[in-house]
Order: sequence, then structure tokens, then C-alpha cells
Amino acid sequence: MSEQNIFLLDGEEIAFAPGQTIMQAAQSAHKYIPHLCWHPEFKPHGSCKLCTVKINGRFGSSCTVEAAAGQNVENRTAELDDKRRTLLQLLFVEGNHFCPSCEKSGDCLLQATAYEMGMMTPHFDHFYPDRPVDASHPDVMLDFNRCILCSLCVQASELADKKNVFVMGGRGMRGRKIILNSESGKLGDTDFSVDDRAASICPVGVILKKRVGFVVPYGERTYDKAPVSAVEAAK
Amino acid sequence: MPFELETAAHPESLRRVAIEPVSRVEGHGKVTLLLDDNNKVHQVRLHIVEFRGFEKFIEGRPYWEVPVMVQRLCGICPVSHHLAASKAMDQIVGATLTPTAEKIRRLMHYGQILQSHALHFFHLSSPDLLFGFGSDVATRNIVGVVAAAPEIAKKGVLLRKYGQEVIRMTSGKRVHGTGSIPGGVNKSLHAEERAALQKDIYQIVAWSRDAVQMIKGLFAQNLAAYNAFGRFDAHNMCLVRADGAMDLYHGGLRARRSDGSTLFDHFDYDHYWDVITEDVKSWSYMKFPYFNAMGNSDDGWYRVGPLTRVTQCDFIPTPLADREREEFLAFDGGNAAGATLGYHWARMIEMLHAAEAIKDLLHDDDICGSDLMAAGKRQERGVGVIEAPRGTLIHHYRVDENDQVIRANLIVSTTHNNQAMNEAIRVVARQYLDGQELTEGLLNHIEVAIRCFDPCLSCATHALGQMPLEVEIVGVGGTVLDRMMRNGDGRCARPEPQ
Repeated sequence: MSEQNIFLLDGEEIAFAPGQTIMQAAQSAHKYIPHLCWHPEFKPHGSCKLCTVKINGRFGSSCTVEAAAGQNVENRTAELDDKRRTLLQLLFVEGNHFCPSCEKSGDCLLQATAYEMGMMTPHFDHFYPDRPVDASHPDVMLDFNRCILCSLCVQASELADKKNVFVMGGRGMRGRKIILNSESGKLGDTDFSVDDRAASICPVGVILKKRVGFVVPYGERTYDKAPVSAVEAAK
Repeated sequence: MPFELETAAHPESLRRVAIEPVSRVEGHGKVTLLLDDNNKVHQVRLHIVEFRGFEKFIEGRPYWEVPVMVQRLCGICPVSHHLAASKAMDQIVGATLTPTAEKIRRLMHYGQILQSHALHFFHLSSPDLLFGFGSDVATRNIVGVVAAAPEIAKKGVLLRKYGQEVIRMTSGKRVHGTGSIPGGVNKSLHAEERAALQKDIYQIVAWSRDAVQMIKGLFAQNLAAYNAFGRFDAHNMCLVRADGAMDLYHGGLRARRSDGSTLFDHFDYDHYWDVITEDVKSWSYMKFPYFNAMGNSDDGWYRVGPLTRVTQCDFIPTPLADREREEFLAFDGGNAAGATLGYHWARMIEMLHAAEAIKDLLHDDDICGSDLMAAGKRQERGVGVIEAPRGTLIHHYRVDENDQVIRANLIVSTTHNNQAMNEAIRVVARQYLDGQELTEGLLNHIEVAIRCFDPCLSCATHALGQMPLEVEIVGVGGTVLDRMMRNGDGRCARPEPQ
């Protein structure tokens, strides 16, 4: 790695390999850039915008912008975290996120990131959209009330499982949604398996293994032990 | 048993007084009275005006989510709903609990009984009992108790705190934990948690004994008034253990008529609908359950809760509480055990029982075991019944083959007591309000009668409300003749007549 392959992240020197994105380089250096739709196993999607940073004074998605020598990247500034908090509030009111009775609570990247950004209220009026629950599969339940359209399930099913169980379809704020690749539109009529990579990729509480909800007690869930910034930086 | 004050013959000729909302209870309700020109009472009703929604919106949810979700209908005794739903879901998954799971759940439940009874007695009811039902409203509250009797107030706070610590260590949180899951629990006690609870339990038992002595002393000082206040005869229903002992976590249903004869005993609650039906009335969101054998809600209504449990069980399986039960039953020739205010005494006996039961469980190694879960043959229907702080609590669910709830019915303690509370306030209205000029102190007598039952109107209708009080006297023509308001801080004011 050349000495020139260094950029500044919140004033700290970060080394990168040619072709790495800012997010990938930060992850390699155990630095946390907030994100929801990015996952190291899959190509960046750039849709949630939580990973937006300022690169030499201009906004950019750190998951899609390649690292370059000499970049001055601002990440955890009050300005950016304020914008992230607003994005999170928009996501919370767009779906039906009832953390108190959600089995993903404590293991949910959306919830943990909201805590990290100091989100205390949803701020905006709730949409309360009418979204379905698909419990037709014997081992996995889908609760689309919590979907943030990160598309990780689409990628995992297509690229890792080679099944294309999930497809992003529809248009517009209320029309855009995940569609199941079966004639009935039900998960139970696809070849989805609880052992698929897509079964464990969901950052929120949409794709859930059945009959194991709440088996992990308070204090032992992922984000009970450490905030998301520490959990992600430790990876 | 007819309700002579439930419906007036000619309401159009009477003026209406409303106590809305009733204060120092959990939830939102109101009382209406219809009076004639001589202030004679013709109609008294306790209305529950909250909306009931949980039974509907848990439809479609996965069954394992239910014990966590339904407890959100209350912040005072969520553990009761958490456990009743869990017991129903145990049936859904066909599980027979491991010893560790059952004992952790019992520990959680006794912690709940302890904290809820302490809250009700010290925070909500002791101001009436210590200062008098018609005493100065400015001091008739928990702040007044703190000022006048700080040691009593302190014990109330610390008893409740201990109960909540028990809940936290067994369920993960003081309020709305997740410890109980279908088929078992998700944690047992760590050694350090057990040691921390053991350290204070003897003090808790001692303070609970003091609380029993306190209400006993109040009864002795005000014997005639306490025995007569809001007194009425009622049928009774509660869970009892197979040997007839009080068991707040599990048992069969026992029902006795008001004359003491048995209607059914050790009835398997899995088919509770064979003995209980819920009636509805147009003027309340809360249903009126009755015994099927009595034919209708006018004759078949009954009472649940501490007074029923303490008087109808054969014995209490902890020694100090059982000794107090015997004294309560014998006190004044048995009169106190039939008094509506006897609820408070019975409640404190149960708090002592809960403290003793916690002490015994803390010396049982099973509470630190690692065998937490069980499973069996999947079922479609589950019924869970528990004796919640306020009385018998029934949760009933049907779950489809996709693991989604397709039907739910909850009959909560306060619903069972609906007619009994109505009867109590009618008796009090006759005793204290008939022919009298309206005052805040007199109206508080109505609320004192309601508070005896420690109603949770939120649970009964599954929503939460505010606690100010508004009373109106409305003339025959609908004109508001008099109006009194009590703010959330307890102060009363009479605005200008409208």
C-alpha cells in the first residue's frame, strides 16, 4: 500500500487500497460510518443515505464514493448526524416500527442507529401504512411493516443463494415494495429456506425466524452490550 | 339480585351528577348519579369510557409476540398479562414447564403482587384511610402521607421498589420485560441477583407484616363505619390450588354463591366459557361477566380479587399470611371479611403472602437452573388464567397453522368486578349521598368504594386516561346547575355556574 493512499476521516489518517470505497476503507480501519443499506458482502446500494459524508466540503455517499488520496472526509459532525437523525425519523414514520413489541428490538440496526444519532421522537406524523404480514412459510415470517427497502434480501437471495426469492417492485412512496417471486406472491410458495443467506441478512425486523422471538433476554442482545458505533468498529 | 339503582324509572325528570374521571385508580372512568329535587338517588352507574382495542389488533400477530405485546395495555401490573398470555401460549406450544421456568415465573408474579399491592395501599388508598374519606382534599394524597407519616410512606415506596427489583431480575426490566416466553422463560436468576434479593427479603416480610397491622388497627378504630361502608353480598370466584390453598399463579376455578354454597370447584379453566359468559350493556365499554348457572348478569354477577381469594381459599400456604387470614376471618365475628373495605385488609395479607413466597423461592436452587424451555405437541387454542393483583385474569387465544393469532379474548380482573363495583357505589350513594348537598368530600366516598377494588380501568378497556375529576349537576332541562372540578394536582374549584 502506497503512502499516498491515505485520506483523512474526521481528521484521522485512514489508509486505503485502490478501488476501495470510503466506507470499505473506514470499515477496514475499524471506523464507524453510520449506515443501513450497506453490507460488506454485497455491492453498495446507496439508497438509505445514512452513510452520507462530506468529502472536501461536498456531500457524497461513502458506500459508493471511492477513497482517494488527500480527501478530507467529515463523518461524525453535528451537521451530518442531524441530517442522519432526520433521515431516520423519516424512515420510522414511513413504516410501522413498534419497537416495544418487536422481537428484533435490541438486535435491530435501525433502532440502534437511531439511538446512536440521539433520536428521541419520530418528529413527523406517522403514515401508518397498511402493510402485510406473510406467515405462509413454515420456518420464516415476513413482517413488511418494518421494511426500509434496503434491498439486502434481494441481493442476498440473488447473489448468495442464487434463488431470486425477493424482487424490488412498484413505484412511488406507497407503491415501492418487496415482491415475492412466486405465483401466489407468498413466501411459502417460493423455494426460500431458513438456511438461506437472505434469511439472516435483514437489518430490521422483516425477515424473522419463527418461534424463537424473545429467547434472548435483555442485557444479552447485540446492542445491549455496546452501541452500534462500537459494535461496527469492532468488526 | 336486582339492581334497584341501575336504571331509574323516569330519568328525564332527574338531574345528573357525573364524577368524571374517577381519580386515584388506574385508567379512566366516570360515575353518574341521577337525583331528584330532594337529592334522593335514583340511579348510579360506573361507566368505563376508554376504548378496548388489544383483542382486535393482536389478530394476525405471531403467537410468540403476544406475551410481550399484550402487557403494554397496562403499566401497573403488566406482569399479569405477560404471564397469563405466556400460560396460554404454553398450551399453544404444548409445553409443560420445567421447574426452573415455573419458579422464575412465580417469583416474577409474587414480585408483581408485592409492588402492585404496595402501590395501591400506600400511594392510592392510604390517604383516605389515614386522613378520612371527607378530609381536606389538599392533603388527602400521597404527598400528604409523606408529610404526616413519613415512615409509612417510606415503607410503601421501598416495598414497591423491592417488588420491581424482583420483576427486573426475572423479566429483564422493571416494567414491560420479556422474561416469560411460550414454553418457559429466557433467563433464570444469576447468583449475584439471588444474593441481592436475599439480602433485603426479611425486611420486606417485616414491613409487610407491619402493613397488615396498620389496616387491622384502622379497622379496629373505625369498626362500625368500616364494616358498613359499601357493604353488599356477592358471589365469588378465584383460582385455588388442588388442595384448596391460595395459589396466585395456577389452579382450578372455585365459585361460591353469596350464601357460601359451592357453585363449582377446581374447574379446569381451559373451558371457562362453560361457566362464565360476558354480558354487554349499552352504557359501558366494559363487559359484565356472569355465572352461566345463574342464567343472566343480573343474578350471576360475582366478585374477584384479594377479598375473594383470602376468604374463599382453604388456607394460605405461607405461615404468617395464613395466621393473618385466620384472624381476619374471625375479626368482629367475621364481619370484616364481608366488608367492602375488607379488600384493603385482604390485600395486605396477600402482600405478606407474596413476600413470604419470594423468601421461600429465593432459597430454592431451581431459580438459578439452566433448564429454561420446554415444548410439546402444537395446539390451536390456548387459555391462560392467573390471579392478578386485582383478581382473576383470563387470556384466551386461537392460533392458526401459520402461527398467527386469529382470535383473542381477554377477561380482566376489573371486568369481573364490574357489577360488584357498581353495587358498592350504589350502596355508598344510598348511605352517604341520599338527600345531601353535593360536596367533594361526599363524592370522594363514591371513589373510596371504587378504590377498594383497586380497579385497573386501563386493563379492562385497554387504554390509558388522565385523572382529573369533573362533577356536574344538570337540571331537568339539560341546564348545568352546578359544577365542580378537581385538577390533576387534587385541588377543587367551583367555576361560575354556566
